[in-house]
Amino acid sequence: MIDARGLSLVFQTADGPVHALADVDLAIERHAFVSLIGPSGCGKTTLLRVIADLEQPTAGSITVEGVTPEAARLARAYGYVFQAPALYPWRTVAKNVALPLEIMGLPRAERMERVKRNLALVNLEGFERKYPWQLSGGMQQRASIARALTFDPDLLLMDEPFGALDEIVRDHLNLQLHGLWHRTKKTVVFVTHSILEAVFLSTKIVVMSPRPGRIHDVIACDLPRERTLELRETPEFLAIAQRVRDGLKAGHAYVD
Amino acid sequence: MIGWLTRTFLPVLTVLAAIVVIWYAAAIWMNQPFQRDTYVRQGVDWTLPQLVRDTWNQDRPVLPTPHQIWGELERTVFNMAPTSRRSLVYHAQITLSSTLLGFAMGTVLGILIAVGIVHVKSLDQSLMPWIIASQTVPILAIAPMIIVVLGAIGLSGLVPKAIISSYLAFFPVAVGMVKGLRSPEVLHLDLLRTYSASPWQVFWRLRWPSALPFLFPAMRVAIAIALVGAIVAELPTGAVAGLGARLLSGFYFGQTLQIWAALIVAAVLAGLLVSIVGLANRLVLWRMGMSR
Repeated sequence: MIDARGLSLVFQTADGPVHALADVDLAIERHAFVSLIGPSGCGKTTLLRVIADLEQPTAGSITVEGVTPEAARLARAYGYVFQAPALYPWRTVAKNVALPLEIMGLPRAERMERVKRNLALVNLEGFERKYPWQLSGGMQQRASIARALTFDPDLLLMDEPFGALDEIVRDHLNLQLHGLWHRTKKTVVFVTHSILEAVFLSTKIVVMSPRPGRIHDVIACDLPRERTLELRETPEFLAIAQRVRDGLKAGHAYVD
Repeated sequence: MIGWLTRTFLPVLTVLAAIVVIWYAAAIWMNQPFQRDTYVRQGVDWTLPQLVRDTWNQDRPVLPTPHQIWGELERTVFNMAPTSRRSLVYHAQITLSSTLLGFAMGTVLGILIAVGIVHVKSLDQSLMPWIIASQTVPILAIAPMIIVVLGAIGLSGLVPKAIISSYLAFFPVAVGMVKGLRSPEVLHLDLLRTYSASPWQVFWRLRWPSALPFLFPAMRVAIAIALVGAIVAELPTGAVAGLGARLLSGFYFGQTLQIWAALIVAAVLAGLLVSIVGLANRLVLWRMGMSR
């Protein structure tokens, strides 16, 4: 699905070059749920943006679905969920979710049908006519997930989608996202700060370390594919969480 | 309800009352030299109450009193056929038509300039200094030139006046819209990029709706100065018709009442136009779901 080799990205800033990514090798299989975890500045968001063709690598190669990220973007191969919901305030929830469909030129009847189906998928039935400001933060983020799903891309790129939400809402959304992934068989690349979230959701966890941003460890997360919140108390779960924590520590995530 | 009324109107009414008191006092002060000369010329004795009454009711006072201006307004606005050339309604409607045409032209021009500046990098650098420079040249100096140049190619009447008016009106719209069209967040732009949206789609689905909250305040300023432009534009045409013409002929013939009445009508007109744009603003924001 995604194949990156020797990927590097250097930002030229006023304070000199910043090595956001250095020599990143990463392979992501179809139907996988891969989390990128690491401290701020480890390049996990940058890596996601390179996959999405929102940033250009300065060295190395990357393919998405066998083509360049740009070709994948032009083919609308992925749905991207940002840190903030990024809903347009002048559009209703339904119109926000329909935005990609409008841009892709789908007929009105099909747009409405897909909006309805995808809002149901994220449990937002009945909120079609509400404006974003009438929704809670968690509901807004769910609407933005529905928007990324409406055009049915095989690949879902999620950049800390639940980072700004409280823990209770977050647990709830993790469970919903897990069910969604399990049902739809999509490939997900998920950026997060949270070890628990990463272990709970992923089939593979990529631990990254900062300055320069690189991959420190790749941890297989071979828990059962169907998961419940109680799983988080099991020894298997805690063992993987411990491995991720050790990886972060060894990658100097906890030093200033 | 009564509490709301007093809270809203009491401060305004207090200020109004203070203005009226100062106004009448100033009228005595400013009109009394002429009044006393008149008494001397006529050789009549005068008392203070008589002086006060006479200074408040001169034919050509230096400073007319509010009730005199109201009388003039009653005569020329309400008690005169609107088609009469001495009716202020007739003159206001002439100024209004060039104001509205100038405002419409200025708004369209301002939006087009802003779209150009936001989308074409070279325009951003080349156009903005000229736009700012255009507003430092006094409109009073430019107006006669525009009238003369357009007159030479056979254009007269409404269009030259509207052009002068739009010369003022385009500026706030251009500046506001540049800001508005640049207001979308990076995140909102990135989102459309992930859909590989065309520049046309980015404009209509994101930049234009983001800019509307900037457009309306700019239009409120624009319509007020469009009126100023329309009045100024009437001066060099020889004071034939319009509120500007009434002001100018008032100055020529020392008709202070006529000047003040035209001033009041212009102010009321400006207030009305600005409120209409304000209402349109609220209507549009409400339709966009952005009024809470």
